[in-house]
Amino acid sequence: MKRFRGQQLFELIRTFWLETIREPETLFWGIVFPVLISIGLGLAFTQKSEEKFQVLVISERPTELDSVLAIYGRAGEYKGRPAQVWRVTDKVLGNAEFNFVRSDLRSAIVSLKRGEADVMIGDTLGALRYHFDPHNSQAQLVYMKLSAMLKSPSVRTEDSSPVEPITLKGVRYIDFLIPGLIAFGLMGSMMWGVSYTIIERRSQKLLRRMVATPMRKSNYLISLMAVRTFMNIIEALILIAFAALIFGITVQGNIAALITLYMAGNLAFAGIAILISSRTHKTEVGTGLINLVQMPMMILSGIFFSYHNFPDWSIGFIRLLPLTAMADGIRSIFNEGAGWMEILSPTLALSVLGVSCFIIGMKRFKWY
Amino acid sequence: MLQIEVSKVVKSFKDVQAVKGISLAIARGEFVALLGPNGAGKTTLVEMMEGLQKPDSGEILIEGKRWKQHERELRRSIGISLQETRFAEKLTVHETLKLFASFFAIDDEERIGEVIALTGLEAKSKSRVGTLSGGQKQRLALAVALLNRPRTLFLDEPTTGLDPHSRLDLWNILHELKTKGETTLILTTHYMEEAETLCDRIIIIDEGQILKEGRLADLLDERSRNLDELFINLTGKKLSDDPSLISQQ
Ligand SMILES: Nc1ncnc2c1ncn2[C@@H]1O[C@H](COP(=O)(O)OP(=O)(O)OP(=O)(O)O)[C@@H](O)[C@H]1O
Ligand SMILES: [Mg+2]
Repeated sequence: MKRFRGQQLFELIRTFWLETIREPETLFWGIVFPVLISIGLGLAFTQKSEEKFQVLVISERPTELDSVLAIYGRAGEYKGRPAQVWRVTDKVLGNAEFNFVRSDLRSAIVSLKRGEADVMIGDTLGALRYHFDPHNSQAQLVYMKLSAMLKSPSVRTEDSSPVEPITLKGVRYIDFLIPGLIAFGLMGSMMWGVSYTIIERRSQKLLRRMVATPMRKSNYLISLMAVRTFMNIIEALILIAFAALIFGITVQGNIAALITLYMAGNLAFAGIAILISSRTHKTEVGTGLINLVQMPMMILSGIFFSYHNFPDWSIGFIRLLPLTAMADGIRSIFNEGAGWMEILSPTLALSVLGVSCFIIGMKRFKWY
Repeated sequence: MLQIEVSKVVKSFKDVQAVKGISLAIARGEFVALLGPNGAGKTTLVEMMEGLQKPDSGEILIEGKRWKQHERELRRSIGISLQETRFAEKLTVHETLKLFASFFAIDDEERIGEVIALTGLEAKSKSRVGTLSGGQKQRLALAVALLNRPRTLFLDEPTTGLDPHSRLDLWNILHELKTKGETTLILTTHYMEEAETLCDRIIIIDEGQILKEGRLADLLDERSRNLDELFINLTGKKLSDDPSLISQQ
C-alpha cells in the first residue's frame, strides 16, 4: 500500500516535470526573462555616469543666467535643438550636464507635459523665475542645483564637499532589486504554473479523466506544487549566480535561513494558487484572478522601488502582504546579514498562510 | 449476481431532463449496448454509472456497492473511456500509460506493452499525445481503459472517428474479452452493426427514457426487420448517416 502511493506520487512528479521542461515558454519566462530584467534595471540604475537635464528658457529679457552662461556655457545641441550646455564635473555626486534650450511658452509647456524637461526659467523684470511642479522631485533637484550654481558658479563642490559616498555592499539599487526579483519570480511562477495549469486542465477535461481513476487527489496537487517549487529553486539559483557574477552580489546573512524562508514562500504562493484555481473552468476568469492577486502586490510590495514612498498609514497593511514578507525577508538576509531570528515570523506566517489556503482550496476543489 | 443495478435514476440540467427515470440490471459478463440519437441521454446515464455525475434521484449499484461509500474500491475495478477524452499533449503514449498504470498500482512494463500491442499503438509508443490523430487518441483512451483489466468496462462511443479497419480491430479486442467472460461491458454507440455483433443485449434510449430493450432477435418483428428499421419506427429518427457502415453491410 505504501509502495503504491509512493509510486503514484513519483510518476506524477516525473510527468509534470517532463511536461514543464517540454514547454519552451517556461524556460524563457522563468529563466531568461528575470535575468534580462535584472540586467536592464541593474544597468539603468547603477551605472549613472552622467546626468543630463534639460532646462527650458522662456525669458525674453536678458537675465543673470545669460551672463553666467556667457562664461561657463558653450553652444551645443540637445536632442536636435540648439542649446547652451553647462557641464559640471563632480567626482562625488557624478557629472551633470545642464542643457538650456530657448523656447516659447507654448512649446515649453508641451515639453513639460511629455516629461522631456522638468523646469522652465522665465523672468519678472529681469529677475529669474523658476517654474516647476513642486511634487516632482527631479524638478526640485534641478532647481536646487541650478540655483546653487548660479549663486557661486566657480565653486567646485568636490573640493570642500561634506559628502561621504557610501560604497558598502548592499546599498546599491541592484542589491535592492535582485532579492525582490527572486520573490517576484516565485510568485509569478506559482500563479501561472499552478493556477493557470489547473484551470486549463479543468477546462480541457483532463482533470476529469485523472480523477476517474484511483489516483489520490492530493497527490496530483502536491506533485504539481513540488515540480514548480523545484523549478523556482533552479530559477532563483540562476538569477543569484548571474547577479553574483555581473554585479558582485553576495548573501551576507544565513544561507540556511534564506532557504527556509524561500521554501515557506513557495508553500504560501502554491497554497494561494490552489485556492484561486479551485473552482473556475474559464481560463479568462483564471487570468483575472491571477492578476487580482499579483497586481496589488507587484505595485505595493516594494519589488522595484521601496514601499516607504507610500503614505504612512498604508505601510502596516503593505507589510502584511505575503510578497512583502518574502521580499523584505530575502533582502534582509542578502543585504543586512539577517539570520534565523529575523525570518522566524515571516516564515511562520507564510507557511500558515500556504497550508490554510491549500486546505481550503482542496475542500472547494472542483475536478470537473 | 448482478454487476450493475440502476433503479429509477433521474438527472436534470438547467433546462433539460437528460435522464427521466431509467432502471436496468446488467449481469456479470454481459455485453450491453446503449443505442440512441444525439442528446438521448446515453453519456449522462453512463457517467452516472461511472460515478462521474450524481443522479438527482434513484440508485446505482456496481457489484452491489454504492459510489458514495466505495469510490476508491470501485475506481480500481472499472475501466473508462469517456466520449470526450483528452490526455496531456506533451507526454508520450508510453509515459501516459505509465502514469495511469501507477494510479492502479500496476508496476510492470509488461502490462503497458500488452495494452499498447492490443490497441495497435506500437509504432506510436514514443510519440507525444499531441501529435496523434483523432483515431489514435481514441485507441490510447481504450488502452488506458484496459490497463487495470477492469471487471466493468464503460466505453462511450469508442469507435466514433475510427476508420473501418480500426473499428474492426476494436471489435476483435472486445470479442476476445467476451470469450474470456471476465468483463462486463457497457458500450454506447450510433452504429447498429457494433451493437449487433458485439452485444448480448441492446437498450434503445431516447429523450432520457428506455424505449425498448432485449436481445436483437427479440426486438425485431415483421414491421422492423433490422435495427435501422426498428430505430426509425421507435424514434422517427435515423440512427446513423455514416456512409462507411452502409458500404460494409
Ligand atoms: N453538463 C450539461 N449541462 C447541461 N446540459 C447537459 C449537460 N450534459 C448533457 N446535457 C444535456 O442532456 C441531454 C443528454 O445529453 P447526453 O450527453 O447524455 O446525450 P448523448 O445521448 O450522449 O448524446 P450523443 O450521442 O450526442 O453523445 C442533452 O440534451 C444535453 O444537452
Ligand atoms: Mg454521448
